[in-house]
Amino acid sequence: MTLEVLIRAAAPIPLDIAFGVAPGEILALVGHSGSGKTTVLRTIAGLWRPETARVTAGGAVWLDTAAGVALPAWRRRAGMVFQTYALFPHMTALQNLMAAMDRPDRAEALRLLGLVNLDGLAGRRPAELSGGQQQRVALARALARRPAVLLLDEPFSAVDRATRERLHAEILALRGRLDMPVILVTHDMNEAQLLADRMLVIEKGAALRLGTTAEVMADPVALRAMGIREAAAMLSAVVAGFDDDGLARLETAAGPIFLAGVDTPPGSRLRIRIPAHEVILARARPAGLSAQNILPCRVAALHPGEGPGVLVRLRLGSEEILSRITRRAAADLALAPGDEVHAVLKAMSVARDQIAAAGA
Amino acid sequence: MDWTALFLSLRLAFWTVVILLPVAILGGRLLAFRQFRAKGLVEAAVMLPLVLPPTVFGFYMLVALGRNSPIGAFWQQAFGHQLVFTFEGLLVASVIFNLPFAIQPAQRGFEAIPTALREAAATCGMSPLRSLRKVELPLAWPGLLTAMVLTFAHTLGEFGIVLMVGGSIPGETRTIAIAIYDRVQALDMQGAAVMSATLVAISLGTIAVTFALSARLGRRLA
Repeated sequence: MTLEVLIRAAAPIPLDIAFGVAPGEILALVGHSGSGKTTVLRTIAGLWRPETARVTAGGAVWLDTAAGVALPAWRRRAGMVFQTYALFPHMTALQNLMAAMDRPDRAEALRLLGLVNLDGLAGRRPAELSGGQQQRVALARALARRPAVLLLDEPFSAVDRATRERLHAEILALRGRLDMPVILVTHDMNEAQLLADRMLVIEKGAALRLGTTAEVMADPVALRAMGIREAAAMLSAVVAGFDDDGLARLETAAGPIFLAGVDTPPGSRLRIRIPAHEVILARARPAGLSAQNILPCRVAALHPGEGPGVLVRLRLGSEEILSRITRRAAADLALAPGDEVHAVLKAMSVARDQIAAAGA
Repeated sequence: MDWTALFLSLRLAFWTVVILLPVAILGGRLLAFRQFRAKGLVEAAVMLPLVLPPTVFGFYMLVALGRNSPIGAFWQQAFGHQLVFTFEGLLVASVIFNLPFAIQPAQRGFEAIPTALREAAATCGMSPLRSLRKVELPLAWPGLLTAMVLTFAHTLGEFGIVLMVGGSIPGETRTIAIAIYDRVQALDMQGAAVMSATLVAISLGTIAVTFALSARLGRRLA
């Protein structure tokens, strides 16, 4: 059930976008507010009809302006999670789910509520649930529709940070069971990088860059649109243990690293987002530093930006991280692809919300 | 105490509400959710009975429903008697002059439903009819209830238009408001006082009970 989308429009904002999403894949649509990313989602759901568009899910044509086909939203199998939750306030959590089912199935609705960790809250109305709980109900309701496509419209932007981290972890835990294409609209690059397989950067209604999260996050053009400070790499790690001072010892492809802010038990697999501007480079292995992590690595490529910065891609074993340094520093070190360098990373440089459990 | 007049008023109010409920749902929903070119004009026309003197409104009703009008002529042919100065004629006038009281609150009720909720209903696979039944009506009901209560109470109290279109035929068009006027004309202040007090009690009771009920249900939903 692959989703194929093509949209061209002049109003309300100019749009020129085409992409496909495979079953089980999470595609993040990222861009600033007003870039058109939500309009793309609404077009797929059938809540908006651009001048020229074609949307197919599996073999089914949902929208084809050229052929005059336009299924109304309620005839499309699109599960949608709204930014404002949009739960029916007069129904309980359970009733909200059953309202989205073609044949209301109480047992199935309860199972879905369990899947999003809402056991025991089926009888509560939305007003009696916290923001995070409401968002879980909204997700379960979207799944109750048995959607051919799951659409998430900035689903975590209205909850506090701690709740957002928990919801991220739950989405990642659910990943294996989501066998439909998933589209996540977000302006949070950290969220996109943690959750998505691929990213589509949209700027002023145009597709700026479509690729895997690693590709997009190392692409100067995409980063210019999103803000260069968003440049970051994802590093896989396994929690090896905790030292007496509370720092976590993690095994990575680059050897052991130490980080603060890790609270998952030893043995858990993590994906850590390492911001490029937090990584310092040194030719020789530095001594007498406060930084706890000195990782030997090799320069893979240098991407000079338009400003004073250079984005350096570094290979550590089978993985890559990014470092953003000045052109001047790159010249002083005479960096060139293939050079052996040391990447320096403070244990404090990774925030708690930049660490996510890796899918099994 | 003119019980026939009181019963006639209640009967008129009841049927007006019955006819206007679907009109309020469809009309209120249309005005709340749809954008169309003549919307301002339609909204103004709906409000017109509020600002026109009852005599002007009643005059046009007489012209529109009278024997020489297409509607009046059709009625005469179909039922063998004229439409004006009958209960049916009064009901037609009542439905029309209550349009603002029915449609306005209903429209506000539908407008209070967040757009995202109606969109959520659609993405949950609900057809427009199912969405109306399962989501919109349960959420718009305070507006609809207000609409029906106002219509009921206002029908009991209307005087000028009833006099113009219905006259004062006992058992047919003499409502309690007309009966009170007749009592006063006949200098029967005692009778007028009893009927006036009854009308006040019924109107106040209807509104009070409805508001109490809606407050209780509202708390349950909040």
